[in-house]
Amino acid sequence: MSCALSYAYYPGCSSTGTSVEYDMSSRAICAALDIKLSDVPDWSCCGSTPAHTVDHTLSSALSARNLSQVASMGLTAAVTPCPSCLSNLRTAQHRMKNDSFRQKVSKLLDRPADITVETKSVLQILVEDCGVDRIRAKVTRPLTGLTVAAYYGCIMNRPAEIMNFDDREHPMAMDNIMAALGATVVPFPLKVECCGASFGIPRRDVVMRLSGKLLDTAKEMGAMALVTACPLCQMNLDMRQEQINSANGSQHHMPIFYFTQLMGLAFGLSEKELGIDKLCVNPRTVIDALGMEGQPL
Amino acid sequence: MKIGVFVCHCGSNIEGTVDTAAVAAAAREFPGVAFATDTMYTCSEPGQEEIVTAIKEQQLDGVVVASCTPRMHEQTFRRTVERAGLNRYLFEMANIREHVSWIGKDREANTNKAIDLVRMSAAKLLHNRPLLSKKFEINKRVLIIGGGVAGIQAALDCAEGGLQVVLVEKTSSIGGKMAKLDKTFPTVDCSSCILGPRMVDVAQHPNITLHAYSEIDEVSGYVGNFEVKVKKKATYVDWKKCTGCGVCMTKCPSRKATDYFNEGIGKTTAINIPFPQAIPKKAKIDADFCMKLQKGKCGICEKICPTGCIDYSQQDEYVTEKVGAIIAATGFDLFDWTVYGEYGAGRYPDVITSLQYERMLSASGPTGGHIKRPSDGREPKNVVFIQCVGSRDKSVGRPYCTGFCCMYTAKQAILTKDHLPESRSYVFYMDIRATGKNYDEFTRRAMEEYDAKYIRGRVSMIYPKGDRLLVRGADTLMGTQVELDADLVVLAVGAQAAAGANQLAEKLRISYDSYGFYMEGHPKLKPVETNTAGVYLAGSCQGPKDIPSSVSQGSAAAAKVLGLFSKDKLESDPQVSMVDIKRCIGCGKCMKTCPFGAIKEIDFRGMKKAEVIETICQGCGICTSTCPQGAVQLQHFTDNQILSEVNALCQF
Repeated sequence: MSCALSYAYYPGCSSTGTSVEYDMSSRAICAALDIKLSDVPDWSCCGSTPAHTVDHTLSSALSARNLSQVASMGLTAAVTPCPSCLSNLRTAQHRMKNDSFRQKVSKLLDRPADITVETKSVLQILVEDCGVDRIRAKVTRPLTGLTVAAYYGCIMNRPAEIMNFDDREHPMAMDNIMAALGATVVPFPLKVECCGASFGIPRRDVVMRLSGKLLDTAKEMGAMALVTACPLCQMNLDMRQEQINSANGSQHHMPIFYFTQLMGLAFGLSEKELGIDKLCVNPRTVIDALGMEGQPL
Repeated sequence: MKIGVFVCHCGSNIEGTVDTAAVAAAAREFPGVAFATDTMYTCSEPGQEEIVTAIKEQQLDGVVVASCTPRMHEQTFRRTVERAGLNRYLFEMANIREHVSWIGKDREANTNKAIDLVRMSAAKLLHNRPLLSKKFEINKRVLIIGGGVAGIQAALDCAEGGLQVVLVEKTSSIGGKMAKLDKTFPTVDCSSCILGPRMVDVAQHPNITLHAYSEIDEVSGYVGNFEVKVKKKATYVDWKKCTGCGVCMTKCPSRKATDYFNEGIGKTTAINIPFPQAIPKKAKIDADFCMKLQKGKCGICEKICPTGCIDYSQQDEYVTEKVGAIIAATGFDLFDWTVYGEYGAGRYPDVITSLQYERMLSASGPTGGHIKRPSDGREPKNVVFIQCVGSRDKSVGRPYCTGFCCMYTAKQAILTKDHLPESRSYVFYMDIRATGKNYDEFTRRAMEEYDAKYIRGRVSMIYPKGDRLLVRGADTLMGTQVELDADLVVLAVGAQAAAGANQLAEKLRISYDSYGFYMEGHPKLKPVETNTAGVYLAGSCQGPKDIPSSVSQGSAAAAKVLGLFSKDKLESDPQVSMVDIKRCIGCGKCMKTCPFGAIKEIDFRGMKKAEVIETICQGCGICTSTCPQGAVQLQHFTDNQILSEVNALCQF
């Protein structure tokens, strides 16, 4: 592909805190792939789970505001690494196809709501717009010997009619990227299961059970690491892994990477710019086993 | 002409949104109209009597009935006017129900539209002429397409009734889906024991000609005189010599051919007889897998065959059959369940279809009647059945209920316990639809006597866990999530229209619904007829059916054909094209455009002219719009008649 890809970039709140390494690595690999990301000026929170639980109009207004910020940049497509942000953007766009709903939303905004902006996840532009071949061509240090399970979470592809990306039950986007990087990908059967999401705060036992099952199954399948595309999934599996171990009596020590971090490693980018040190479960042994020693990091 | 107009209330169907009295009053002012009235039910006996009386008392010589669609009652009223001594074509029908009252609520607008439609009909009627039918000979042979249980029943009933029957079957043996079943519900009697003798009867009946491994290529003609081109596909075996000994199968080195009969459980040889009870019991070569046909090397079956019947150079052959009636009994296909990602979309070998399970249960099946997991051959302990796979599911475009899966699932749960007493069956269901005779009792037996655990709810996910499968679903009665360890999952796959059903429908000129099932003449009153005269339906091609219903329809279709053939001659429809020989310039354009070959060239005092063969003409009217001279006119739809309707409508 010769024409340059250019998108408005909407990082989402997690990117400024718990998933800063997802943001760093997304920017780094996009730069490496000649994908231009321009930050949306003065973006605000998508409202996350609380907003749409309380009020659909308010939730959509938050997304609509961000979409009109994108439109003011003169760009037609926006990209976000976070599937939850994307889900809110897409749901707002879907709801605003209804004229009376759109008018209600517009009343809350300074400018009328814009529904023409195309919204995609970083994962989606990588497989659909950039293409796996271009990714494969960028690999300088293949991840040979690394066995991973790709875990998409429950909202990356669903509801299918709103997200309109990959297979709703058996997505392959990340699997294909990982294979292109040279990693071995196990046929992970729970790739679209829920990790427990924000129940980590009110009902920790739910996350212990659901995320615990993900880790158990990944280990059974022989995965050395899990690869995720969602800040909340990553946090539940990574930061809470010790809690899960003590709640379930398990002894997992499984690194939980963002897929963008592994792409960066394979592209030869430095661990520092990919935020590898931000991961809670230390990935050192897994990375060292790749035989990358002696090569510049 | 003195025209009588009868405006029907159809109870409140029409009167509810059309002022029928006003329509009748308006009609009295139309040219030629001598009498007009509105009646409660024109089609009822007093309603018809009113027409007969009016014709006699008012000396009417034409009648317009404004009521429902002509498909409903045109025949009824034509007979009524005939009874009063008028020619049946001096009658017109204005459809003010389907075209007016049912589709609009504005009473005034509806009334005006109804008046317009009646005005058009009356204007046309002024130009109608009496038309007379001709009698023609019929060929009392019947073609039956499809050799499943419905087609077999129809064939045997017709043959017993003294008719010559031609039975065409797509695969190399008759028997259809029923031949693949192990047992049948609700009696749990052996399927091949009850079907086998019927299949033998078909083979031995002197009145039945069987074309197996054949398909319908072309259909021409009309009721009483169809001409059907049958393509006999190359089997590479001379069936006149083949004795069905099966030696070729034991020696064929190509042992990885798809076993269609066994639904892909196991493999078969490239040359094969699909199953031991096959009728005809003849071998055929599956060219896709034959080494000789693919690579030119091998030829073992030719060397080994004791009767020398192998012929690698055999080509498709075409035979033409002349018949008077056709019964379509083409059955159904299984829904392709791999669209369900949540069931693994075909990735897990131990998730199988109900028909595959049926082959596994069958003593003559690929596992010799032993239930074995396809992955490792182990006997399963927990068998999970999932119902409504491709039934009652809008998300996969199959909103209809297949109707027989509840029953066969109960049967399979019972058989599972019979085969493996230590096993446990679980059935995920939506509702249990067991509405036949002894059906509900049967499903209760599965639960109460055979310990099948029924769980009301859908399955959301199947995934491998170790060497077993984990099935997760909802128990909507308990309001909980259920997770079961399964060794084998059997999907109760629903029925869909058979592959190629649409193409065959177009050849037969019959209609089909949005799912590809053939349309019956009337959903209640003409269940085995179609809207094409002489073409009948039997079995699941019309909609999913269990065995008793398919057999009933087979017999019903046979009864219809026997009824049709009880007459020696049929009356032709006089609504055909006629050539005005004075205007015809013999250009021949009509002959080229006629899709039925119904126009021939004649020599008229040394001049070339066209002539319509009345028995072949279908009255489509293509020739009339082609003729540059306006010399060809379709009777009952002449240019003058149609233009008078247009003028009546566009008078302002």
